Amino acid sequence: MVIPMQLSADGGAVITAVRDAEYTAEVTGGAIGSFSLTDVSVAYGRDRVIEGVTMDVPAHAVTALIGPSGCGKSTLLRCLNRMNDELGNVHVGGRITLDGQDIMGKAMDPVELRMRVGQVFQRPNPFPMSIFDNVAYGPRTQGIRSRTELSDLVEATLRSSALWDEVKNSLKKHAFELSGGQQQRLCIARALATRPEVILMDEPASALDPISTQQIEDTIAALKSSVTIVIVTHNMQQAARISDKTAFMLRESLEAPAFLVEMGDTKRMFTNPEDTRTESYITGRFG
Amino acid sequence: MSGTARIRQARAAEFVARMVLGAMAASVVAVALFVLGYIVFHGIGAIDWTFLTQIPKDRGREGGIFPVIVGTVYTTLGTAALTLPIGILAGVYLSEYAPRNYTTRAIRLAITNMAGVPSIVYGLFGLAAFVLAAGFGRSILAAALTLTCMTLPVVITATEEALRQVPQDLRQASLALGATRLRTIYRVVLPAAAPGIITGSILGLARAAGETAPILFTGAVFQMRRTPDGPLSQFMALPYHIYAQVTSVPGWNPTLVWGTALVLVAGISAASIAAGIWRSAQRRKVTW
Amino acid sequence: MRGLIYACGWLAIIILGAIAAFLIHNSVRAIQEAGIGTMLSTTAWYPTSSPGKFGLLPLIVGSLYVTGVALLVSVPVGVGAAVFISEFSGRRVKDVMKTIIEFMAAVPSVVYGLIGVAVLIPLVKDIFALDSGMTALTGGVVLGIMSIPTVITISEDALHAVPADLRRGSAALGNTRWQTTYKVTLPAAGSGIFAASMLGLGRAIGETMAVLMLTGNAAVMPASVLESVRTMTGTIAAEMGEVVQGGLHYSVLFAVGLVLFIITFAINLAADLVLERQRKRWRR
Ligand SMILES: Nc1ncnc2c1ncn2[C@@H]1O[C@H](COP(=O)(O)OP(=O)(O)OP(=O)(O)O)[C@@H](O)[C@H]1O
Ligand SMILES: [Mg+2]
Repeated sequence: MVIPMQLSADGGAVITAVRDAEYTAEVTGGAIGSFSLTDVSVAYGRDRVIEGVTMDVPAHAVTALIGPSGCGKSTLLRCLNRMNDELGNVHVGGRITLDGQDIMGKAMDPVELRMRVGQVFQRPNPFPMSIFDNVAYGPRTQGIRSRTELSDLVEATLRSSALWDEVKNSLKKHAFELSGGQQQRLCIARALATRPEVILMDEPASALDPISTQQIEDTIAALKSSVTIVIVTHNMQQAARISDKTAFMLRESLEAPAFLVEMGDTKRMFTNPEDTRTESYITGRFG
Repeated sequence: MSGTARIRQARAAEFVARMVLGAMAASVVAVALFVLGYIVFHGIGAIDWTFLTQIPKDRGREGGIFPVIVGTVYTTLGTAALTLPIGILAGVYLSEYAPRNYTTRAIRLAITNMAGVPSIVYGLFGLAAFVLAAGFGRSILAAALTLTCMTLPVVITATEEALRQVPQDLRQASLALGATRLRTIYRVVLPAAAPGIITGSILGLARAAGETAPILFTGAVFQMRRTPDGPLSQFMALPYHIYAQVTSVPGWNPTLVWGTALVLVAGISAASIAAGIWRSAQRRKVTW
Repeated sequence: MRGLIYACGWLAIIILGAIAAFLIHNSVRAIQEAGIGTMLSTTAWYPTSSPGKFGLLPLIVGSLYVTGVALLVSVPVGVGAAVFISEFSGRRVKDVMKTIIEFMAAVPSVVYGLIGVAVLIPLVKDIFALDSGMTALTGGVVLGIMSIPTVITISEDALHAVPADLRRGSAALGNTRWQTTYKVTLPAAGSGIFAASMLGLGRAIGETMAVLMLTGNAAVMPASVLESVRTMTGTIAAEMGEVVQGGLHYSVLFAVGLVLFIITFAINLAADLVLERQRKRWRR
């Protein structure tokens, strides 16, 4: 199935149609890229680190995961594309669905899931190959071989991650020659190139300077019309600026697992939180 | 003893220690330079076009060493063709698949022990296993298989080490794009580790090219009319040629023997230096 | 593909097992006909007389003489140079030394043998006023030089593994570099340096070509290191070409190989255990 992509006329940062309508209807029958978590728990070996997380991640919005260091944000994020499977000795309990489809059972192939749910890491980590090959890596994994199709895709995704203008004349250049911020936007393009429904971002700007951070935030803002974004961040201002929903997690002691304190519209969470612990965390009293 | 006297004594001891240790390091340098200089000085006179392209005459006292060079090149290429795939896959197993348990520890132990088995014992093993039991006879194939057993630990260790240098989140990035573990390894991890793997392998293969004991009974011969015509042919080899000249040719021609030694050492050094330069060039490009 | 990877992973054990199996299989005749006890306790090595006499003692003692000399050369010089490189020199000296050591390790043993033939044999002959310069001493010195790279590399690793904090702590107490080195660093790296010496020993015992060209190969019990000796490795290399395949002599040579295999295996195993323990110690 060929999935056409449209570029906005100004060459800017928006993918106007990531998937065609037929595909959308066929797979999801409506909005796509929404997670629903029910009583999710995670244990590393015998160490139970997360328990009882129930929440809904809406489609085509930015959801921020916040909480003190070590409370399991990255761990929860990895549940959403089953990357925990790769760590060995990790047990995930409860139920997680993507667009109503169970993603934890045997019926879901993790490989297929990961093509629908992309990930961007904390440290910019392009593959040691050219810019073009980095972006084309995912599509090639999916079996796309046609040169023109790949070029179109690479251009479209680099535009949506706002990197195209900077690299359009040097696609053959080694990815390591880019700056840190450019590398991170390349990693976003790489994740977008498999045309995912969701992108998971684990502190994507924490290794970057303020200007690069700004560019990443702009990219995220432009992307959310077409993909669902779940982002982990330690930066409260950032969460407030870019997210629509915010979920606050907390691990009160090392003996007890972490849990979800509350989740809601970002505006309300930051102005009028229900839980006092949320308020103290947001105002910087702990964590 | 007063404080200043103690300090003075410590200073003196420091000075003496520096001198003695420095002299030891210097003596190592001196020996290495002597070896290098001696080979070049005595061998350079032999090196000319005739020497490199003619066959040996008068049992090696005259003529050139062309078939000898060819034999070493063939055997080393054969060894590379066998060692690299096996060694790299074994390194991949240890770094990417092996569980942390006692069997893995036993495999590692076996590898370090393989590296310590004397080369003459590999020669015996090659004779018994490849020449006789497998029926390859004394041949390039039997010698290359023997040298492969000897070189494998080097390549395996180099590969494992290089793979460990590749950051974990690079693997995860590939998996997160829906790539399988195998695809991740051969499209991302192995290319990223290539400089280390190739450098280590070249060093191991260079050592194999200079070995005599493992090929003594597995296929090297002193004299041959033709260059080898296939993997089951016997062959002449640079290190064996030197040994045979010195020990069984009365009145051996020192110029030609040193010339042979120079060709061997120059070839090995050139390979090692090229590998080193290539690696540092790659390093500059690839920094984690 | 996955299966292939697993198979290659296991290959090291298989090869090592195969080496042991082939050595034992081919030694069976020697063990039965010549007898382990006789071989290991008699001093007459006349493999081609009839009946052949296969006393391995001269060969074992020959190997010990040569190896002993080699250790006397390689351990002090190697460890001293390693301490100098690791504790008393800067980046540039380190890099230069590393290149030089790599070169020394890359020179083939037959070339070392050749240099020994050209330089050391006449030298030993003149210095000690001997009839022949082919002695255990000659072979041992060259072997020692050949094992220096091994000793330096492993010792340097051991010194390098000692945490810098320990050195700084000692320096902060007013110790000089050398005091720090012999009071703190060397004891901390001691087991690693011991392992380095053992691996140097393993390398020397197993070395063939240089000794074959330098020690004269007389298979008699030597009275001093200034006499000609024949080592186990040299015996195999020199005689395997002339034996009847499957004959008793052939089998005895495999038995010699088996002895070598067992000795080096034990040395490597011990060195590995020592190094592993040290690695664990500094990991925390
Ligand atoms: N691979 C692992 N094996 C065992 N325990 C782990 C592993 N990864 C994380 N943990 C543990 O799980 C808990 C949650 O870790 P996680 O990395 O998810 O926290 P986090 O909220 O992302 O922290 P940070 O904000 O510092 O990134 C921690 O106690 C951590 O020690
Ligand atoms: Mg985290």
